[in-house]
Amino acid sequence: MVFRQAKWGEKIILEYPSGKPTFVIDEEFISMGREYLSTLPRDTVRKEPPNIPDISEVEVARHFTRLSQMAYGVDTGPVPLGSCTMKYNPKVNEEVASWEEFATIHPYQDEETVQGVLQIIYELQKWLADLTGMDVCTIHPPAGAAGEFAGALMIKKYLIDKGFENKDEMIVPESAHGTNPASAVMAGFRVVKVPADEAGDTDLEAIKAVAGERTAGIMLTNPSTLGLFESRILEIADTIHSVNGLLYYDGANLNGILGIVRPGDMGFDVVHLNLHKTFSTPHGGGGPGGGVLCAKGALKDYIPVPLVDYDGRKYYLNYDIPRTIGRITWFYGNVIPAVKAFMYILALGPAIREVAEIAVLNTNYLMKKLVGLPGVDLIYGKGRWRKHEVVISFDRLHKETGVSAEDVAKALLDRGFHAPTIYFPLIVPEAHMIELTESEPIEMIDAIAEAYREVVKKAYEAPEELKKTPMNTAVGRLDLMLANHPRTVSPTYKLMKERLLGGEPGK
Amino acid sequence: MPHPWIPNSSPEIKKRMMEFLGISDIMELLSDVPSNLILHEPPAVGRGRVLSEYEVVREMRRLASKNRVFKDPPPFIGGGVCYHYVPSLVKALASRAEFYTAYTPYQAEIAQGLLQAIFEYQSLMAELYGVDIVNASMYNGSTAAAEAVRMAVRVKRRRNRVLVAATVHPEVKEVIRTWVWGIGIKIEEFGDVSKGKVSAENLKAKIGDDVAGVYIENPNFFGAIEDELRAIIEVAHEKGALAIVNADPILLGVLEAPGKLGADIVVGDAQPLGLGLNYGGPSAGIFGIKYDRVLLRQLPGRLIGATRTEDGKDLGFAMVLQTREQHIKRERATSNITTNSGLMAVMAAFYVSLLGATGLRKIGEAIAGRTAYALRRLKEAGIEAPALRAHFLKQFPVRVGGDAEAVIKEALAHGVHVGPPLSRFFRNMRGECLVCVTEAHTREDIERLAEVLSQVGGGE
Repeated sequence: MVFRQAKWGEKIILEYPSGKPTFVIDEEFISMGREYLSTLPRDTVRKEPPNIPDISEVEVARHFTRLSQMAYGVDTGPVPLGSCTMKYNPKVNEEVASWEEFATIHPYQDEETVQGVLQIIYELQKWLADLTGMDVCTIHPPAGAAGEFAGALMIKKYLIDKGFENKDEMIVPESAHGTNPASAVMAGFRVVKVPADEAGDTDLEAIKAVAGERTAGIMLTNPSTLGLFESRILEIADTIHSVNGLLYYDGANLNGILGIVRPGDMGFDVVHLNLHKTFSTPHGGGGPGGGVLCAKGALKDYIPVPLVDYDGRKYYLNYDIPRTIGRITWFYGNVIPAVKAFMYILALGPAIREVAEIAVLNTNYLMKKLVGLPGVDLIYGKGRWRKHEVVISFDRLHKETGVSAEDVAKALLDRGFHAPTIYFPLIVPEAHMIELTESEPIEMIDAIAEAYREVVKKAYEAPEELKKTPMNTAVGRLDLMLANHPRTVSPTYKLMKERLLGGEPGK
Repeated sequence: MPHPWIPNSSPEIKKRMMEFLGISDIMELLSDVPSNLILHEPPAVGRGRVLSEYEVVREMRRLASKNRVFKDPPPFIGGGVCYHYVPSLVKALASRAEFYTAYTPYQAEIAQGLLQAIFEYQSLMAELYGVDIVNASMYNGSTAAAEAVRMAVRVKRRRNRVLVAATVHPEVKEVIRTWVWGIGIKIEEFGDVSKGKVSAENLKAKIGDDVAGVYIENPNFFGAIEDELRAIIEVAHEKGALAIVNADPILLGVLEAPGKLGADIVVGDAQPLGLGLNYGGPSAGIFGIKYDRVLLRQLPGRLIGATRTEDGKDLGFAMVLQTREQHIKRERATSNITTNSGLMAVMAAFYVSLLGATGLRKIGEAIAGRTAYALRRLKEAGIEAPALRAHFLKQFPVRVGGDAEAVIKEALAHGVHVGPPLSRFFRNMRGECLVCVTEAHTREDIERLAEVLSQVGGGE
């Protein structure tokens, strides 16, 4: 495959020459507005206009279209970022969610005027509860991490209500997503780490050794970030429950078991999901996401408010959750992604299980093609099937050729593929964490495997060439030292002029 | 069950792949799952079968028809978000698949366009708010506020009280309380909603050496301009506390930038900048600081920075200072945020680029003019507007009399939707509700508003 990304050399929007006619604002109230503003206390009105150029609509359209051509998404090609579940975003969902009936309704509209969207949220909540085996789900958290944080708060409040004020430890595997320990700490817990055993499972003996009076719970993904199903999950659940702790499920990896196994049946008490991963809503170049939080048993009295409910006649926002942790966000969460996720499940129905089956089939097909390559190893769980993702290590390749996981990633970019997640999970040296999802056709998986084969071969023959990659992308490798150095770090145009460019704009 | 979104679901391809793996059933790949956990049938979700795209669209039309869109006139509802026009260019650019189907630009070289667009968002917002640094976005204005409060406590170690103006959006107050509950930060209010705004004296009465930060919104929940903002920020600084100011970005063409007034942390919700109402979400949270090493180290969220290529030839962009973030720092991260509001942030950048400094000033003036006109017309129609004494912009409280909740429903029957009723948040404001007017409301819309409210008003 020949790949050449566009390279436009677009100047920064703030460098555009000003003085063009801008978007038309009708004049009718302008003079009345000026007069009104002149009556305000002088301190409150703006004296100097912001340094934002006046540009024509044509130039704005062209500038950002050109920038888009220097970006890469799932519609461009595979984005096999592990634990990100970069699947295809169905276009019908985009179109329908942009209808005025969804995009132009106000969160404080009278409930009678928004029965359609409330019904969608209500049905989605039910479907998600069915798919997770939980009693109740809410779309309130704006993203997965917000759901984790909310879930950790629910656990804390529940334990305090039960008289376990001393339970301040959250067990988190070393292979967990970074959000797990970060969320636990935000909720006021101390993190206790447990390692993985050789088979790749979270070490049950280590869990038993740390579980005790102070254990509030454990945060787990299952399948794990290694792509492995925690085969002793029921024993883990028993261990944690036996010390009055709770199980938190990080749903980032649900795509590998969707419709086949449910966290609720595994013993989890609180679950979060990501609509932008498992349920096909777009990642938007970093967001918006759509978080979901589910609870079982007594924990369902602790979910954030409001919950969308149905009284047999109409749908409504229910604020009457007895022991709620309160609000994680204003309004009701990210509703537009929820509409898209609803449509995804609506369209697939029972084929939802096919999603997981093919995602798993794809993972193992690629794994088998990669494990024989020179310098490539599976560090954990050799001989086990993977689920949603597989983690391979280039540690041996690195030692034998000097070519790192990052070099391999950059060489993949040159071949027209987005690279997988690299250097994660932290317990695997020189890692590539690859998640294909169900969206990649077999020919594309073969092409990815072939690209890896070529790159590894090149590593042994001419490693220095790989250090020069990427060359086919909009820019070559970036100087990250310069980007991060305290003297040159430049996160805005204003600072860039003062710091990176030393005061000479445009240089 | 073959499906076009699942290319390898065709029986022939499945068979080929299974043969390669030496298995005869995909379920063999799940043999390490305890068998008693495996569902025999997938849960009954959807409508029990695969639907065609047309069937899905038909069903969605049916559901959409149960939502009422207020078009003529557009809604006058306030309370954090208001109806603003979304330019077609913003929607067109946001539908570029290279942007919306991408994820976080972890591989900078192949994502330069996205990185530059987010860098431009950060730069444009920094100009608007009068600060040096703005991050790549938070979820929305409410979580940006909560993260700012948490950040203030990290910066001012050993201080664990934060003061929030009484005039802040009640749901934002709730969000802040939830976000700090687990770590024992005390949230207290200063000032009194019955005054419509807060004063420096109010803050002086409450502040002490244990206060890490002061949080205030401008305009506040009622739409009132906090005209003592500079003095309030000075009081906070005198006591060594950080000043956190939330400002409405669409008014910053005419209102003073909070950074210029001395705010240490600025926050806002980008919804007015061409993001639409979206039934409250998604939006994007704006989060900025002045350049300060201590503040920068505690900044939550992603940050895009400019740099050069290794060969020094090209300017480029990359994620910077990631050692603050969860994927590197884990339990010592400044926040757990990962997915943020990337697409909404770049939409805000499209919008601000389209308007330019001139358009931003004019839209502020256009909103100010409508505020003045609406207040005048409502007064002429015998309605107490504004119902609190202060200078208002974009939103203001009106006394509709009687039970505002009931009056809103009555007005709604005439196609005019105001709200929310203030009784929902403040027990002693039974007869008041908010009204919001923006560039999207015409003279006729405002006249209709006055006419309908004067007809349905419940009296005292």
